[in-house]
Amino acid sequence: MQTILSTSMAGARRMLWAVGKSLQEAVSVKESSTHLSFMQTSSGFTKRLGSTYTNAASFADDRPQFPGTGSKVRFTEKLDFLLPDTSPAIPVYRVIDRQGEVLDPTQKPELPEDVILDMYRKMVLLNTFDAIMLNVQRQGRISFYMTNYGEEAAHMGSAAALDPADVIFGQYREAGVFLWRGFTLDDMMNQCFSTHQDVHKGRMVPINYGSRDINFVTMSSPLATQIPQAAGAAYAMRMSGKPLCVTCYFGDGASSEGDAHAGFNFAATLDCPLLFFCRNNGYAISTPTSEQYRGDGIASRAAGYGISTIRVDGNDVFAVYNATKAAREICIKESKPVLIEAMTYRIGDHSTSDDSTTYRTSEEVHQFQQDSPITRLNTYLVKNGLWDPDKETTYREEAKSKVLEAFHGAKDRKKPPISDLMTDVYDRMPAHLERQAASMRRHVNIYSEQYPVQDFLEEDKAV
Amino acid sequence: MAVCGALVRSGRLSRPICGRTLSLIGSRPASVKRMASALSYVPETAPSDFGETTKMNLFQSINSAMDVALATDPTAVIFGEDVAFGGVFRCTVGLADKYGKDRVFNTPLCEQGIAGFGIGMAVMGATAIAEIQFADYIYPAFDQIVNEAAKYRYRSGNLFDCGRLTMRAPCGAVGHGALYHSQSPEAFFAHVPGIKVVIPRGPIQAKGLLLACIKDDNPCIFLEPKILYRAAVEHVPVGDFTLPLTSAEVVVEGKDVTMVAWGTQVQVLREVCNMAQEKLGVSCELIDLRTIMPWDSETVIKSVNKTGRLLVAHEAPLTGGFAAEIASTVQGECFLHLEAPVERVCGYDTPFPHIFEPFYMPDKWRCFEAVKKLINY
Repeated sequence: MQTILSTSMAGARRMLWAVGKSLQEAVSVKESSTHLSFMQTSSGFTKRLGSTYTNAASFADDRPQFPGTGSKVRFTEKLDFLLPDTSPAIPVYRVIDRQGEVLDPTQKPELPEDVILDMYRKMVLLNTFDAIMLNVQRQGRISFYMTNYGEEAAHMGSAAALDPADVIFGQYREAGVFLWRGFTLDDMMNQCFSTHQDVHKGRMVPINYGSRDINFVTMSSPLATQIPQAAGAAYAMRMSGKPLCVTCYFGDGASSEGDAHAGFNFAATLDCPLLFFCRNNGYAISTPTSEQYRGDGIASRAAGYGISTIRVDGNDVFAVYNATKAAREICIKESKPVLIEAMTYRIGDHSTSDDSTTYRTSEEVHQFQQDSPITRLNTYLVKNGLWDPDKETTYREEAKSKVLEAFHGAKDRKKPPISDLMTDVYDRMPAHLERQAASMRRHVNIYSEQYPVQDFLEEDKAV
Repeated sequence: MAVCGALVRSGRLSRPICGRTLSLIGSRPASVKRMASALSYVPETAPSDFGETTKMNLFQSINSAMDVALATDPTAVIFGEDVAFGGVFRCTVGLADKYGKDRVFNTPLCEQGIAGFGIGMAVMGATAIAEIQFADYIYPAFDQIVNEAAKYRYRSGNLFDCGRLTMRAPCGAVGHGALYHSQSPEAFFAHVPGIKVVIPRGPIQAKGLLLACIKDDNPCIFLEPKILYRAAVEHVPVGDFTLPLTSAEVVVEGKDVTMVAWGTQVQVLREVCNMAQEKLGVSCELIDLRTIMPWDSETVIKSVNKTGRLLVAHEAPLTGGFAAEIASTVQGECFLHLEAPVERVCGYDTPFPHIFEPFYMPDKWRCFEAVKKLINY
């Protein structure tokens, strides 16, 4: 598996760079056979407006001559406001309906059956992991957990359409993308339990995964901060000359943050091959989208930035797959950002610190549970003879035992050595931190009975 | 209206005022003092092993540093508001022409975007040199700097980092900058584990320290005292050289009083050293901290143990300013050597004023008074 971000140290971090590649280098990307129509912004606006106003038409010509607009703009004498709901709402692209029927055979993705089954199994595995870890948190064994209920198709469909070497930035509800790329249950458990085998050395709250091996940058709690970062990463990707893109996941709530605006604008103005993937799941904790924005979702904002966009049924794994594949081609071929707004529903609570019954009805949740991405794909698979109730039972058992095996391994595993509290603040430990580390060591040695020292790996056993 | 029409057509309404009107305004009154001319920069000499030198002011030396960076590191890029044409302080003049618009480019007007974008580039292994137009405008980027840049390496267990990021911003008083063109925000960033904060006192220092920041594998904030951009001129090495980070420099050796400052204030304290010697017969040891975070406490402690007296001065407001951190460390490490309490001469705890700047600044007279207090305690 080709990786951009190699696992070796020091110079490896700069492995990305293929020096001196030209922006104009021809890139061959396999054409997708699906004919999705993206809401393409017209070329007059997507072309970079130069830093000098080059349209030097004379003032004798009765056309607007302002640097701030493109060349296609005209005067009007009508005092007409452009009302926000004049244009129809952006439609939701789908491939299969709620009964699992493919509506337009030309849209059925060219995916081998075993890949589709793999998607399904991973969705079920994720669902199983979520259910078990929710309970693990309730038992007090981990401090915190966030489920992915209802968004499994958004994860698998998009992840399957990307190249493993595409770099990904996420928010926090993208565990399925990790699973698709090969993040193991042990990796997830080690992170959730902050064991000494956690690659993050136990520094983050549960579910903040990250992995160099699978090119998914470690996630953080502040919302939307990854969006402008993804734009910078995509710019670097373009400079490297590699025919790859960066994908950035975020939610409907995060898209209200200033960082989202910054990210969109930078990606557009700087020609970044960046695939924005917005999981619009209807809620930001308790805040419904009706209180998050007044316009037509997030897709409607794209035109304002000069960005092409498509809205998809996020619960239809094929639609998500097709859209992501096509968007990726545009990103790489044309070195520009594309926004996918995946409409879905957050079936679970925001997190284990949330009780969503306090702000929404169980009827609403139940409705979406019945038409969940897993149910939808299950219906399709069964209809097409690829799956049946026996296989379902068998696989669910298998998934459960796999998760429990990883759980039993992680739950009593030792935490990292206590000295890991002080390392990695800088590339090398500065003198003042060395003094503080020594001071902490002395204190803990004197008061060892007051601290959970036995839960942590002894210093000399640390690798 | 006809008169208006004639004026419009002739362009008179949009021309600058004519000589006749100008003479009514009168010439510059003698009482108007140009604050910038009150600063006298004492040029320094570069170590001879840094090779051939040429005369440069501060913005030229910074330009030179970035020129070296882009020439030697093919992944290095410079971006920010207005950098393409040369920058509002001329720091990036000629670089877009030399290295191309893909490597030296304007961004939209959005500091949080500049910071985030820079972090993302650095995470991918590119050397990202971001410019914030004024340090006063760095605050929209505060979340990206504090919650992301500073914590990238730590939170990921050293799996990812943005060490290739350097953010530059002009800081400090300029004589007429007022609230939003004079700030010194170093203390905010000193409080964030994971980033480095560096402030040069002149052109040679600026080039060496900036190159050190660019090459350093930690996200760095490089604050440039804007009043020195033109006022500070010396012979700066033309080649590639670095000066060490987290290394304070004893600029003037002395035995009676230790004085610590950074940036422009080092020049102010140079004069105070002379005044103290001439008027009080007091020998002052002047230390330029250079790196605010992580700071070189060893050099300061060694000096205070020798002199027993410490003065720290900075333009930033007194409360919570970095002098507080230095004073606190020194009283802990040098307690028995101290002959007097630590003196801090700082901006007052007000926003940076416009017309009142001469009274606000920690000028040489306030610092001189503090030296007297230390000696007479």
